[in-house]
Amino acid sequence: MSALLALEDVDARYGPVYALRRVTLTVEEGEVVAILGANGAGKTTTLRAISGTVRRTGRIELAGRSLARRGPEGAARLGIAHVPEGRGTFSELTVWENLRLGAYVRRGSLRDDFARVCDYFPWLERRRSQQAGTLSGGEQQMLALARAIMQRPRLLLLDEPSLGLAPLVVGEIFRILGELNRREGTALLLVEQNARTSLALATRAYVLEVGEIAFAGTSEELSTHDSLRRSYLGY
Amino acid sequence: MTERRPTAEWIVPAGLVAVCVLLVVGSLRSALFAQQTVSGLANGGIYASLAVALVLIYRATEVINFAQGALATFATYVAWQLMQWGLSYWAAFACTLAIAFVGGFAVELVAIRPVERRGSVLTVVIAAIGLLILVEGSIGWIWGNDVKFMPTPFPAHIYTVGGVAFSRQDLSTIAISLLAVIVLWGFFRFTKLGLAMRAAAVRPDAARLVGVRVSWMLSLGWGLAAALGAVAGLMAAASPSVLLQPSMMDGILIYAFAAAVVGGLESAFGAVVAALMIGVLLNLVTSYVHFVGPALQLPVAFVVMLVVLLVKPSGLFGRTRVRRV
Repeated sequence: MSALLALEDVDARYGPVYALRRVTLTVEEGEVVAILGANGAGKTTTLRAISGTVRRTGRIELAGRSLARRGPEGAARLGIAHVPEGRGTFSELTVWENLRLGAYVRRGSLRDDFARVCDYFPWLERRRSQQAGTLSGGEQQMLALARAIMQRPRLLLLDEPSLGLAPLVVGEIFRILGELNRREGTALLLVEQNARTSLALATRAYVLEVGEIAFAGTSEELSTHDSLRRSYLGY
Repeated sequence: MTERRPTAEWIVPAGLVAVCVLLVVGSLRSALFAQQTVSGLANGGIYASLAVALVLIYRATEVINFAQGALATFATYVAWQLMQWGLSYWAAFACTLAIAFVGGFAVELVAIRPVERRGSVLTVVIAAIGLLILVEGSIGWIWGNDVKFMPTPFPAHIYTVGGVAFSRQDLSTIAISLLAVIVLWGFFRFTKLGLAMRAAAVRPDAARLVGVRVSWMLSLGWGLAAALGAVAGLMAAASPSVLLQPSMMDGILIYAFAAAVVGGLESAFGAVVAALMIGVLLNLVTSYVHFVGPALQLPVAFVVMLVVLLVKPSGLFGRTRVRRV
C-alpha cells in the first residue's frame, strides 16, 4: 500500500475499556481527511493512537515505516505533528520559544521556517517575546498551528481546532489550513465536531461510532446522503 | 492555575531595594558590618547553588531532592580523593563536576526512574530519603567517618578596601557559586537542549509530542543538579568553618531548602536572591544580636521562612501563573 498513513485493525484501550476497535483507515500523501462522530466515539483516541500517546495494538504505518513501537517522540521524528486537545501550548514559555520547540526534531537554521510561518501568521513577528499563556484562545490555536508548521511535518493531526473559538477565527484557521495543504502538500487528518466546516476542507471522511468505523467515503457522499447526514452529523 | 487577586506586585521588589540600601548604608558606616555582609554573601552563594539544584529538580518532578546535600558531600569526597592521588585543586574540581554530572544522571536512571514510573510523588520523596541514607552511609563506608582536611584553593589573602578587610576566600566563593548559577541560567535560556528541558518540566505530554525525550531530560536535570551541588560542596569544604565529614552538607541543605521555599520553589532567581539574603541575615544577626549565637542560627532561618510564607504564600518570586482560555 502506498498510503502515507495506514491504520489496520487498530485497537486502543483505557484500562479495560476499549476506546477503539478494529479501526482501519488511510491518508494519502497531501490529502485532507476528516474524522467525525459524537462525543466519546473515539475521534481523539484515533489521533492519540497514531502519535502513540495511548496504548494500542494493530498495524500503524507512516510511509511504510511502523509506528507501533514508537512513542510520541518517535512519531514526531518520522514527520507527524500532533496538535492535541487543549493545543499543547507551553503557556509559561514565550511565543518564540514555542516555535523553537516546534522545530526541535529538525536540524539547521530556524530563520527560513520562521519567515514561512510569519507568512501565514504575520502577527507572530511582533509578538515573539510575549508569554504564550497571555495570548487569546484564537491566537493560541494559531500558535499551535505555527508550531506544527515549524516541524515541517508530512502529516498534521489536528484535534478540534475550532473548539471554543469565534466563527470568524474558525474561518481564518480553516482558510490557513487549506492554504498550508495546497502550498506545501502537507496531509491533514482532522478531528472536528463542526462537520460542515471540516467537510468543506476534507476530500474524504470517516465517521466513528462507539470506537468503530461506521462510515468511510468521500465528503460529497457524506454530505449528500440524507440518512447518514442526519444520524451522524445532525444537520 | 487561577489568577490570584493582584496582591501589591511592588512589595517584593520594593522590599529588596530597601534591604540592599540598608546593607550598603550599613557597610559604608561600619567596617564590621561590611565584613559580615560579605562573608554572609559567601555563605549565601553556597546556599544559592544548592538551592538552585533543588529548584531544578523540583520544577521537573515536583519533588524536593533530600539527597541533594549528601550527593554534594559525596562529590566533595571524590574531589578530596582525587587530590590525594595527586591532582591539583582545579583539575580535581573540574573532574569532580564531570563525575558528579554522570553520577547524578546515573542515580536518576537507577534509583528514581523505576520508582517514578510506578508510584506517586510521595514514593519519589521516599526514594530520595532512602538515597540520602544510602549515600551518607557509603561515604562513611568508603572514606570513614572521621574528619578529613580539605586543601583550600584560596590562599589566606586579605584585600583591604577603605579600611575594610575582605578575605579572598569569601570573594572567590561568591564569584564561583554565582558563576555556576549564571552558566546554568545561560544554558537553559539560550540552548536548544535547555529549552527542551524547560518544556519537559512544564508540560511533559506536550514536550513529547514535539519530539523531546522527556525521560532523558529528567536524567539530564539530575546530572546538572548534582554538578551544581558539587560546586556548593566544594565551596563549603573550602571554608575554614566547615569540616569535611559525611554530614557536612546536612545543615547547608536546610538553609538551601529554606531559600528555595522563600524564593518560591519554582524560581531559580528567587532561590538565589533568598539564599543570599538568608546568608547575610544569619551572619548579621549572629554578630549583632548577642543572644543569638551560632546555635540559634537555624531557628532564625525558619522564622524568616515562616514570615515570608505568611505574607506571600507562593514565596517571594512564586510565579502567579497567567493563563487565558
